[in-house]
Amino acid sequence: MARIIVITSGKGGVGKTTTSASLAMGLAQRGNRTAVVDFDVGLRNLDLIMGCERRVVYDFVNVINDEANLNQALIRDRRCDDLYVLPASQTRDKEALTKEGVGKVLEELAQTFEYIVCDSPAGIEHGATMAMYYADDAVVVTNPEVSSVRDSDRMLGILASKSRRAETNAEPIHEYLLLTRYSPERVARGEMLGVEDVQEILSLDLLGVIPESKSVLNASNSGVPVLLDPESEAGQAYSDMVARYLGEQLPHRFLEARKRGFFSRLFRE
Amino acid sequence: MRLLDIFRLRSPRPKGSSAIAKERLQILVAHDRTERNRPSYLPKLQRELLEVIRKYADVDVSAVSVNYEQEDSREVLELNIVLPEIIAAVNKRV
Ligand SMILES: Nc1ncnc2c1ncn2[C@@H]1O[C@H](COP(=O)(O)OP(=O)(O)OP(=O)(O)O)[C@@H](O)[C@H]1O
Ligand SMILES: [Mg+2]
Repeated sequence: MARIIVITSGKGGVGKTTTSASLAMGLAQRGNRTAVVDFDVGLRNLDLIMGCERRVVYDFVNVINDEANLNQALIRDRRCDDLYVLPASQTRDKEALTKEGVGKVLEELAQTFEYIVCDSPAGIEHGATMAMYYADDAVVVTNPEVSSVRDSDRMLGILASKSRRAETNAEPIHEYLLLTRYSPERVARGEMLGVEDVQEILSLDLLGVIPESKSVLNASNSGVPVLLDPESEAGQAYSDMVARYLGEQLPHRFLEARKRGFFSRLFRE
Repeated sequence: MRLLDIFRLRSPRPKGSSAIAKERLQILVAHDRTERNRPSYLPKLQRELLEVIRKYADVDVSAVSVNYEQEDSREVLELNIVLPEIIAAVNKRV
């Protein structure tokens, strides 16, 4: 049985695509056949973050409309044999993803893949509800900031009421919290909500805390999921996240502000 | 400046804005959640009530308010109807 994981948030720009790319890569690296699907119709980006934008021929909507079959649209990752990308369509027709169409494609993917990672668009409209509808697990990507936390909570309401699992009274979607763009220094100075604060408000299973890191931009510039950068703290935090998702118990890292040396404290402007 | 800061480290840190953020979020999220748990027929109920009342009295759109509250073991639906000319409000609990 394939597991369908939605990466969602409500608020835009919090790190869903970054997370989708790294989670999919991490699962595949561990030998799980994984497909990562871009649901952001009209704003295709996942292919860029995965570095396969020049190999896009057909997309998700082509498959739904029977203009191409799944094998023609799936792009095999050059770094990892178990990883495939299904790009989003650039059509401006937001309704191109229908519940039946999405269901059909996911069902076909489920026959050959163990994990299907769905990169949701921002918002709580059609695209976002399509991305989460069939999910078994949800990773709610949240920044330690008021509007992001609030939108995450609203997304939890939608996961609990509008998903297939909710509508069929099946076991509810397993919801995980992933805190991203976390800056321990700013938390220590009382400028930013800390991980406990966000946990207290959302009370979800904490899958990981990804620090704010320049390496994320570097990775996206070069089309490499940041998880593949072993030097990067964000990359390491994403690796931990994947291990936790697969059931390993790991302590959360990079939560403490780095100690400043005496001199750097003296001479900081 | 920085040299002086080192001596200030011992004094209690002023509360940063994150404490305010947390407080506001707790209130907001609690409010959002009660809102979500309301029965979805409330707005329709309110509209239809207004229609019925308008057959008998010339009331304003704001004359009818429907309030829903969930307590531990019971749910309270409170209807508040303000009739024109009469200052008193009719308060009924269903
Ligand atoms: N941990 C991080 N540290 C620094 N920058 C980050 C981090 N995570 C994400 N970013 C940056 O934030 C921006 C948005 O990231 P991303 O595209 O993954 O968000 P998104 O939630 O998919 O956005 P959208 O809602 O538009 O789809 C990008 O520029 C990315 O480089
Ligand atoms: Mg995105």
